[in-house]
Amino acid sequence: MKNDTLNVSRREFLITSTRAAGLGVGFSLGLYLPMSTTAVAGEWDELPSEGLPEIGAWVVIQPDDTVIIRIARSEMGQGTLTGLAQLVAEELECDWDKIITEYPTPGENRARDRIWGSFSTGGSRGIRDSHRYVRKGGAVAREMLLQAAADRWDVPKGECRAANSVITHQPSGRTVTYGQVAEAASELIPPQHVELKDPDEWQIIGKPIPRLDTDDKLNGKQIFGTDLQLPGMLNAAIKACPTFGGRLKSFDEKKVTGMPGVRKVVRVGEDAVAVVADTWWQANQALDALPITWDHGPNAKLDSAAIDQMLEEGLSSDKEVFVGNKAGDVNRALKGAAKTVEATYRYPYQNHATMEPMNATALWSKDKCEVWCPTQNGEAALKAAVDASGLPVDKCEVYKIHLGGGFGRRGAFHDFVTQAVNIAKQLPGSPVKLLWSREEDMAHGHYHPITHCKLVGGLDEAGNLTGLNVRISGQSILATVMPDGLQDGMDPVTFQGFHAEGDHAISYTVPNLLVEHAMRNPPVPPGFWRGVNINQNAIYMECFLDELAHAAGKDPLEFRRSLMADQPKSRAVLDVVAEKVGWGKPAGDGVHRGLAVVKTFGSYVAACAEVSVDDKGKLKIHRIVAATDPGHAVNPQQIEAQVEGSFVYGLSALLYGECTIKDGGVEQTNFHDFPSLLMDEMPEVETIVMPSGGFWGGIGEPTIAVAAPAVLNAIFAATGKRIRRVPITQQLAAS
Amino acid sequence: MATLNINGETVEVEVDGSTPLLWVLREQLGLTGTKYACGIGLCGSCTVHVDGEAVRSCTVPVSSMDADKKIVTIEGLSADNSHPLQQAWKELDVPQCGYCQPGMIMAAAALLNKNPEPDDEAINQQITNICRCGTFNRVRRGIHLAVDINKRGRS
Repeated sequence: MKNDTLNVSRREFLITSTRAAGLGVGFSLGLYLPMSTTAVAGEWDELPSEGLPEIGAWVVIQPDDTVIIRIARSEMGQGTLTGLAQLVAEELECDWDKIITEYPTPGENRARDRIWGSFSTGGSRGIRDSHRYVRKGGAVAREMLLQAAADRWDVPKGECRAANSVITHQPSGRTVTYGQVAEAASELIPPQHVELKDPDEWQIIGKPIPRLDTDDKLNGKQIFGTDLQLPGMLNAAIKACPTFGGRLKSFDEKKVTGMPGVRKVVRVGEDAVAVVADTWWQANQALDALPITWDHGPNAKLDSAAIDQMLEEGLSSDKEVFVGNKAGDVNRALKGAAKTVEATYRYPYQNHATMEPMNATALWSKDKCEVWCPTQNGEAALKAAVDASGLPVDKCEVYKIHLGGGFGRRGAFHDFVTQAVNIAKQLPGSPVKLLWSREEDMAHGHYHPITHCKLVGGLDEAGNLTGLNVRISGQSILATVMPDGLQDGMDPVTFQGFHAEGDHAISYTVPNLLVEHAMRNPPVPPGFWRGVNINQNAIYMECFLDELAHAAGKDPLEFRRSLMADQPKSRAVLDVVAEKVGWGKPAGDGVHRGLAVVKTFGSYVAACAEVSVDDKGKLKIHRIVAATDPGHAVNPQQIEAQVEGSFVYGLSALLYGECTIKDGGVEQTNFHDFPSLLMDEMPEVETIVMPSGGFWGGIGEPTIAVAAPAVLNAIFAATGKRIRRVPITQQLAAS
Repeated sequence: MATLNINGETVEVEVDGSTPLLWVLREQLGLTGTKYACGIGLCGSCTVHVDGEAVRSCTVPVSSMDADKKIVTIEGLSADNSHPLQQAWKELDVPQCGYCQPGMIMAAAALLNKNPEPDDEAINQQITNICRCGTFNRVRRGIHLAVDINKRGRS
């Protein structure tokens, strides 16, 4: 492969040659917020890079050779911080053992014309969208350091080589460390062109390197948003109208103003009330005691039955129907089929339920607004802060904090930031930390959208699939969250996994195919939920293919393979899984297998689940073998962690995940009625990472989609029964 | 006023007796390693030790504690990550987001106090903490590795 040659734009040069003087002024908060275990308030540090020489936008080097790598995307457990640092370090040729990282602030990114690109951390895009420019950032810094060393020795740069943070003048053997030339390098003009290494030259990319952010997570030192403490900080607990679309009518603050610690009771926007107190526990106690009157609004009588009815209508309606993929003539094919199969599947609302509930800390005065928060998109958090503050954008700043889980909840939605700023505005000069209770978090999610799906397939005499009609009915995320993303009213994201081509393409070639979406948008706020629409679409497609294989009297593996001649990478991951699990050979007493394969977020993934079901309907998932081809695998051991983790999230959804609606609000309130998979239910997971090179696919989300259909297909193999509604646990017990 | 023994130190706290131990640790004492996630004793993020036993501190009123009850939080397990569980967690890169991990580690430490060599079944039964990132298999391996580290330390 040819080396990439990249142009360094003139504009970027002008910006990078301006030192980052503004980084981290005021209440700066980098990744390394030193908080002693007994400190209550007042200890935080400036960004590690403050006042140090910046070499290009992505790299700062301390005199002791410590390398600070800027990370624009957010770390929420997925390991992107380490992966992105690997990309920079690969080109920088620095000593990996002397790396630390920091988040540049969204305000600084804006002031420097988005020199660090997008901060958005979702859609499994952290690495695949930015790998080129962050590697370039490392290469630019390396060239500047080499030039500084060459200048120091008055030799041609071409005679110097960099390795492990040491530059050697090869003819003379003289050496100098990065730290010794960093100051001089920072004064140089960045090179116009840099070359990126060929993948076969990589020494850091592709290695199972330990994460950079583990130590503080083992002893309580890691600061999450909930842990932030600032001098004079007050705490807020909040309650918004439990009915979607409802409003706050009134509250009787006199009943709680005398309670311990209570400072103020405030209206927050149109629909919420917050109690501000010295401690959060005091605030929440007072909030519980506060008499509140709601105007429940137009959805006061909405329930799950009404939503189901709305979606069922869409399964056969011709109104508001969009076509996502079409080939041949499906009606003709189904009419001419020797055998047709029909089934309807249903997927519910689900909450993200991050372990760390929503929170943000805000400090507002008439000429400045600062926000500290766990966010998957610092720039979106900044916009929310600006909009709520009433101040111009250059008077606002957001400091990102590690997330106690994101899963999509903290990316497109910053309702918690809007609220925190709104509250802080009513207490000028006092930092206020807003923390949602778990119950508030359950009541005010942006839920995995609800859809139903009717599938009709036609088989010829030989059992070949000749036609497939997929009719999805249900909620569009984009219609509510990002209407600008609709295409003539159609939501392309709804068709994830069914597209004709691209990152979320269908894994099969079906001669006559029609995939449609009847858009039905109940008034429950939808959101991007790890995996997004591939979660249900993979169940629809992969379980129905199993039904078709069964009807055709064919082996589910061979039936799939017969439709995958044009999808060699998808077939490759499926074949590897089948081989590893021993498909076709006995699985052990009472143990049965099911398969699933998808292409999504640019990666090819497949899984085989092994399950047993006892006579009481109790499911045991013994093992899942999973293969991933993400093109390039930056850190294989972190990919393994993501695959295992995605199964916990995906299987929790399959087994238990449902938010039902009653009286216009969500019925579930905490983990007792919205359970999550526990240790004793966790299957053994064997992960096969098989990067085939030449492309960059996502990691955080793709495998979540294969867990549920693989398990469902294995349950059918074990019991002979198809379960077509998620979640499944009660249906299993009843069957 | 409550008198508590936390991480080997006796401290006096001015607080309403009904306040859960979790919030006294977090808000009065600044020991924020112990996390709030469910508030009803279900998820285990707030797990601490009281006299060596794992306790979910979000449901324990501080009035039920006294100076004789030895409370250990994640900060008291070892500040330098030298506890065998911390070493094992480090070696296996167990945490993802890390929010539930202090509780997870404290639950595992209490298990090892009682059962120095737990098998998978004992781990499954005793570690009932919720982790939405899904670290369970590495947690299980981490507990087994900590047992090995413990043995090596003694030999």
